[in-house]
Amino acid sequence: MFGVFCYYVMSVIKVQNISKHFGSLKAVDDLSFEVQAGQVFGFLGQNGSGKSTTIRMLLSLIHPTSGQIEIFGKRIEKDREAILEQVGAIIERPDLYPYLSAREHLELFAKVRKQKIGEADINATLEKVGLAHRAKDKVQTFSLGMKQRLGIGIALVHNPSLIILDEPTNGLDPQGIADIRQLIQYLAKEEGKTVLVSSHLLSEIEQVAHQILIIHQGKKMVEGVTKELLDPEKRIVQIKTTDDANALKVIAAGRFSNYLLPRGEGVYLKIPTREIPLLNESLVKADVALLGIETKNSLEDYFLQITSNA
Amino acid sequence: MWSLIKVELYKIFSRPRTYIAFGAIAALIVVIQLGLKIDGDSYASFLMKDINDTLTVDGKVLNGYLICYILLQLLLVHVPLLVALIAADMISGEANLGTLRLLFTTPYSRTRWVLAKFIAASIYTILLLIWLAFLALFVSMWIFGTDDLFLMKSNYVVLIEQNDVLWRYVGAFVFASFALLTVTSLGFLLSSLSSNSIGPIVGTMSAIVFFTILSTLNIPLFTIVKPYLFTTHMNNWKEFFDIQVNANNEAITGSILNIPKIKTSLVVLTLHIILFVSASILIIKKKDILS
Repeated sequence: MFGVFCYYVMSVIKVQNISKHFGSLKAVDDLSFEVQAGQVFGFLGQNGSGKSTTIRMLLSLIHPTSGQIEIFGKRIEKDREAILEQVGAIIERPDLYPYLSAREHLELFAKVRKQKIGEADINATLEKVGLAHRAKDKVQTFSLGMKQRLGIGIALVHNPSLIILDEPTNGLDPQGIADIRQLIQYLAKEEGKTVLVSSHLLSEIEQVAHQILIIHQGKKMVEGVTKELLDPEKRIVQIKTTDDANALKVIAAGRFSNYLLPRGEGVYLKIPTREIPLLNESLVKADVALLGIETKNSLEDYFLQITSNA
Repeated sequence: MWSLIKVELYKIFSRPRTYIAFGAIAALIVVIQLGLKIDGDSYASFLMKDINDTLTVDGKVLNGYLICYILLQLLLVHVPLLVALIAADMISGEANLGTLRLLFTTPYSRTRWVLAKFIAASIYTILLLIWLAFLALFVSMWIFGTDDLFLMKSNYVVLIEQNDVLWRYVGAFVFASFALLTVTSLGFLLSSLSSNSIGPIVGTMSAIVFFTILSTLNIPLFTIVKPYLFTTHMNNWKEFFDIQVNANNEAITGSILNIPKIKTSLVVLTLHIILFVSASILIIKKKDILS
């Protein structure tokens, strides 16, 4: 019983085998993951990989074809309103009302929250996203970066405990990107928020996220703790054989199975450097027709490899 | 719910587009009032040319009440087109802008948002009608004065005493609000089906034109469907100005000739509103928000 209680307290988001099909297109395919409380969770994938579709399902903007989503231990389709009370989100582009000012936007969205949000909260949010000096200006005069900041402000104005940011650095200049990175770190570290942040750039995610999930063509590719995934002691290797299916079978049955990385084509492992010769040896012993073992330098290489081969 | 309605009203009245309809109605009414003020006598003579030989009318025929009736006849056909500008943009405009997803990630159900949007669009419609009533009735009464209302129907004339007129206009405007709310709900339904504003606006206008033509055509095939078309009932505000007569053919003050017709029309229009809004809610609830 205690174990179950702890589980629900710790897992803010629990996604189980969700899929979304648009006709014959599988935008998200049997995806599962969990986000723990107080964590910055990096959701990584190429443009069109299914990140935004997944985020829209988390926010109940899109109905999943199958699977189950729990947020704060509650099912999104049953307790949508209670869940969204504690969630702030920006989704893809910062689309706003061009005829309203930054302050009017925050006031408007403060009105549709059940929490009491006063003038001081709105001013603090404007300060937090660096828009205090443009608070009265109409959004139609804003740059893309300023709109992005206001979008984040709308997501934060009601002080949610879960923040979902879909590509929050889109359109921002290097300083803006650094500011958002700092803000995400502040929200998680100082305010104890749980943040799910998506991007198509590993370099953006790796600096802020505790945990990383990479998806490609709607499928989970890699998930793990950022430090471990980026551990220079571990190398990503591609096993090249004439029979990948057999190689996978052999590795999956042996002691190297924990190092296997999911991949549609080819066999990839994230393995300590010292164990590469042992892997080689075991494959040879198992009569796998080995063509070679290619070492990738980093997670970035792996990410680029799986996304560029598509 | 009230906070959602306030948000929607704030957005409606923050947009310059909203005031086009108010401006257009004011411009049309002022032009017509000005024309009738300058050359009203010849217009009145033209109206009465067929009965001048058989009937002598004392008093001021071209008074504020008649001007309002003329204005309503002219404008209540066109006001629906102005209503469509806002109503048909309520959901599709937000989908096009990408802001629908901001609204639907707040802790309120889509049903509440759709209802709030419909109520806000309805308030806009009613305000437009009140503006029309103010300019067409009260400003006309102020400019042209008041007297008995003399109306030329297709094969008879109606004379309503001036103290029996004002409540009929109240009834006519209340009826007109149902007619315009039907247009609002139709625009709203089409808006829920689209991700851009132009389609639903043009669609609503086209539907009104199409069904109005069907309603006015006297072809037996269309006669079957006519009673069910909202456009057949939209102009029945005029029934408030048909009066009962006694055995001596004298008008009975405070009477309406065909109350059942008004009631039937109100029921048909209300059913249309319920049908269109319910369909909008169902569509939006099932819709994936992809914009």
